[in-house]
Amino acid sequence: MTARNLYRKGLNNVMLTLTGVCAFVTVSTLFVILAYLVYNGGKSVDFDFFTQLPKGTGELGGGMANAIVGSAEIIAIASLIGIPVGFFTGVYLSEWGGPGYCFLVRYMCDLLNGVPSIVIGIFAATVLVKPLHHFSALAGGFALSLMLIPITAKSTEQFLSEVPRSLREGSLALGAPKWRTIASVVVPAARKGIMTGVILGVARISGESAPLLFTSFNNQDWSNGMRDPVASLPVMIYSHAIAPYDDWHRQAWAAGLVLLTLVLIANIAARLILTRGTTTRG
Amino acid sequence: MASTAAAQPGLTKPGNNSLARRLRGGDEVAWLITLLFATSVLAVTALLIGELWLGSAASREKFGFAFLSSTMWNPVTDEFGAYPFLYGTVVTSVVALVISVPIGVGAAIYLSELAGGKWSDALTFLVELLASVPSVIYGLLAIFTIVPMMREFIGPALKSSFGFLPLFQGPVYGVGYLTASLVLAIMIFPYIISVSREALMSVPREQREAALALGATKWESTWQIVVPYARLGIIGSIFLAFARALGETMAVTMVIGNDNNIHTSLLSPGNTIPAILASEFNEASGTYHPAALIELAFVLFMLTLILNGCARLLILVTTSKGSARA
Repeated sequence: MTARNLYRKGLNNVMLTLTGVCAFVTVSTLFVILAYLVYNGGKSVDFDFFTQLPKGTGELGGGMANAIVGSAEIIAIASLIGIPVGFFTGVYLSEWGGPGYCFLVRYMCDLLNGVPSIVIGIFAATVLVKPLHHFSALAGGFALSLMLIPITAKSTEQFLSEVPRSLREGSLALGAPKWRTIASVVVPAARKGIMTGVILGVARISGESAPLLFTSFNNQDWSNGMRDPVASLPVMIYSHAIAPYDDWHRQAWAAGLVLLTLVLIANIAARLILTRGTTTRG
Repeated sequence: MASTAAAQPGLTKPGNNSLARRLRGGDEVAWLITLLFATSVLAVTALLIGELWLGSAASREKFGFAFLSSTMWNPVTDEFGAYPFLYGTVVTSVVALVISVPIGVGAAIYLSELAGGKWSDALTFLVELLASVPSVIYGLLAIFTIVPMMREFIGPALKSSFGFLPLFQGPVYGVGYLTASLVLAIMIFPYIISVSREALMSVPREQREAALALGATKWESTWQIVVPYARLGIIGSIFLAFARALGETMAVTMVIGNDNNIHTSLLSPGNTIPAILASEFNEASGTYHPAALIELAFVLFMLTLILNGCARLLILVTTSKGSARA
């Protein structure tokens, strides 16, 4: 009996410790990644990185100013398409939701959310690049917007449906029509949640490179407009990391550090907005 | 406030009825606008499926179902087969799951059963941050850390200890199936952990207390009662992670080695569907090469579609069971 109990107690301690080790391993991965990136990227980020164009192969120095601006441009295009479409879709699902058509839309959103990013890139390329015969910032923005739409729609729907009935009924009882209730009572009440979803979505797409490979491609120079190929940070990291030049690797580390810093800041900001926005549930 | 002001004129002046009616008609307009946007999502998703289907028509007609089992990939002679890429995609993802599931589920157990509320939330937040790290950054790190480690230490060590298995034979290049699996394993941790933790936390307290009251140790109550209760949710998280791993592109492309032949050894270079799409789609010309690549994309799309469907179903079943008791 005692031997059996000793075994059970021992097993208990060993297994519980192991689960702690698992948690430690996974969480510490984040810190290892951060430390390694800060160590390598910190040596490489300098003023030139933000102000200079990339140099040719073999030349030292240069920066990725065009990729930073290009990323901003692509993300702006993606947001201009993706946020309104996602938001209004979410409003539709939450406010006019019912069985049937809504179920179909919701299912399609989930489906779109699960499509591998490379497949989205291929789709955008067959629709916007192959027929026009040139890569463009517009195609890149369109591809990323397809990833942003389901994220925005889902979070909008979720946070709108968490708004208490009493708020809606109060507004309706005062004689406001439904659209007025949604626009000035329901959406403002869910504002913080929706913003969080949008920020997380934009942060997610800003790190995507697979959909951009076939759409906005890459550019060693400034782009001439939205109908031109344009450089972006993720694609630059990819092309520089697989190239055999040490100085390009240095640039890739710098770009990686800058990109990850922006993405993490956006994620932490979104978290802060949400935790301070608990009043929405009141 | 604003809503009452807008509604007032219609109430006080009967003559303004048409305006009031138009405002109420605003409901129809708002409904129509949101409906249009919702329909556009539907349309674009349908268009995506349609484009993949039409774009791959040439390849489907020429190769039929043999496309899936052929190992030939030759753009010069226009012969294409998906098998090496299917194999690479499935093998890297499955090995990634083998590494990731025990660690991920272990961590989820710690976070839901042992760690206290705030501590658990903080750790989960850090794990979820891991999911936000862009895939190209995982690739960048892997090229300069995991690849040399694999070449110098892990590969030779596996060969000397398990070299009798065909899985660990042949030269070690650093890049290859196992390297890609390791990177994927790290990338899918967050999905397994956060979904499994949700599933474990929705197990009713009474289940745990009943087991403990009967004299079970904490581990026995967790492993024999709580985990089986949440098993569908945990399996759902694994399907979800599987789907993510299958579609993962950049990090895998950077460390897989891009070898279009099949190798039994996990230490050899190979290729996956996303990786070959990333490296060949821009250069593909003619009729059959792009069509074959688009068919690969379609196959990948169907695989992730099925897995995501299973995952959603399983997670739905557990969470509805969890909410039913509350």
